Amino acid sequence: MNVLYILWLRQIKRYLRSRARIIGSLGQPILFLFALGFGLGPMFQKGGGGSYLDFLAPGVIAMSILFTAIFSGIEMIWDRQFGFLKETFVAPVPRLTIMVGRTLGGATVATLQGFIVFLITLIAGFRPDSWSLLPLAFLCMFLIALTFTALGTAIASSMEDMQGFQLIMNFLVMPLFFLSGALFPLDNLPSILAILVRIDPLSYGVDALRFSLIGVGHWPIGMSLGILSGCLVLFMLVGSWLFSRIEL
Amino acid sequence: MPTDAIITAQDLTKKFGDFTAVNGISFEVPRGEIFAFLGPNGAGKTTTIKMLTTLLHPTSGQLTIAGVDPVKDQAGARRTFGIVFQDPSLDDELTAVENLELHGVLYGVAGSIRRKRIDELLGYVDLADRRDDLVKHFSGGMKRRLEIARSLIHHPQILFLDEPTVGLDPQTRNKLWEYIRKLNSEEGMTVFLTTHYMEEAAKIAGRVAIMDHGRLIAQGTSDQLIEQTKTANLEDAFLALTGDALRDEDASNADHMRMAQKMWRPGRR
Repeated sequence: MNVLYILWLRQIKRYLRSRARIIGSLGQPILFLFALGFGLGPMFQKGGGGSYLDFLAPGVIAMSILFTAIFSGIEMIWDRQFGFLKETFVAPVPRLTIMVGRTLGGATVATLQGFIVFLITLIAGFRPDSWSLLPLAFLCMFLIALTFTALGTAIASSMEDMQGFQLIMNFLVMPLFFLSGALFPLDNLPSILAILVRIDPLSYGVDALRFSLIGVGHWPIGMSLGILSGCLVLFMLVGSWLFSRIEL
Repeated sequence: MPTDAIITAQDLTKKFGDFTAVNGISFEVPRGEIFAFLGPNGAGKTTTIKMLTTLLHPTSGQLTIAGVDPVKDQAGARRTFGIVFQDPSLDDELTAVENLELHGVLYGVAGSIRRKRIDELLGYVDLADRRDDLVKHFSGGMKRRLEIARSLIHHPQILFLDEPTVGLDPQTRNKLWEYIRKLNSEEGMTVFLTTHYMEEAAKIAGRVAIMDHGRLIAQGTSDQLIEQTKTANLEDAFLALTGDALRDEDASNADHMRMAQKMWRPGRR
């Protein structure tokens, strides 16, 4: 328990000490929020979709969680290259504990980042439908964060260096985001897109978060959270297997 | 052979695919000795240390570390030793104390004892006044000293040092060996080290073993090796035994990464 706590604390301290990273990673969500939120807003409204800003806000929060979470997981490659991973691997602690501690820390960081973006959406004029559902929204945020930190850790476990980083950004993280329904409603989609959206685990996270923030969901929230949890378990299992096979 | 051996290796072998990094080596290290492992680049020294310290599984052969088989009981073996790696392994974004705290918690050292030992050890390696500074602001020598302090928090029986003095100035090197000799004589700690610096090995080690191309080619006190090769000092003995062909090693991944990180995160060192 102490071990989990100290590994978690390490991630939190590293995050709070890298102010440039915190501020830097806010740029993208702000741009999405303002350019798309206000730019496409009038058209969305004309099409009968209501306020696009309200629709988009949960998507942008999920986006920043996704990016931070995957990056927190992938950051392990740096620990590997700079030797810190070795220090944890020769300690009398099971590797699974190390991985869980890292994942919890990374997920907390990603949730914090999501919370900051949530505050920014409030500044932009977004108002949650029901403040009483806010705890549920935070639960959704943390679940998204955990799932994708686990995915990032699993990927990092099978990578030796950052060479593949661009590949992962462009062929995994970007598709996860753009195909998730963060930017568009899931009704009446062309069938190929509809299938891709259903395969994308983030779709369920965005939908659950959207339901808890603006009271509109494409799927029942129980189902969304169930599928997301299933993905989390899968990523943790695959990740811990890959993590246990790392040779330094 | 000494009877009270704290480390024993028998026919220890490690293969990576077709490449045999360590080829059936056997040796014993008596409790309380300073034992130096010498060899040219790529001889298999680091691979051997990694097997002794549970980071790699041997392909075949037997090992015991303080009475524990590190293949069967990893956690048990890990409690018995401390290690300073060839490359730095501190978290640069944490302070000196935070790095030590983290280590103490990982090794299950209880809170009050942990804090006491951390204070003592920081004094011991002359870093008490830098305890709350981020490690990224430390020099190479300070990092090494901090790593030595860290490796001692859980009171290990064996201290592994993989080329601990590479890249350090002579002052720091001398100081470092002074700490290590003191630990050995006062605490009876067994020290297993690898180094390129023959004069250091000759000065500090009770016995040395010379490794080349994955095999142990000689073992004994440095006087014995000098006598055996009819040379003037350990360096000449080493060259007589290993030949003077140059060994090329590929640039390590870590070097590429350090460069990449500089580009990724400007303003960092």
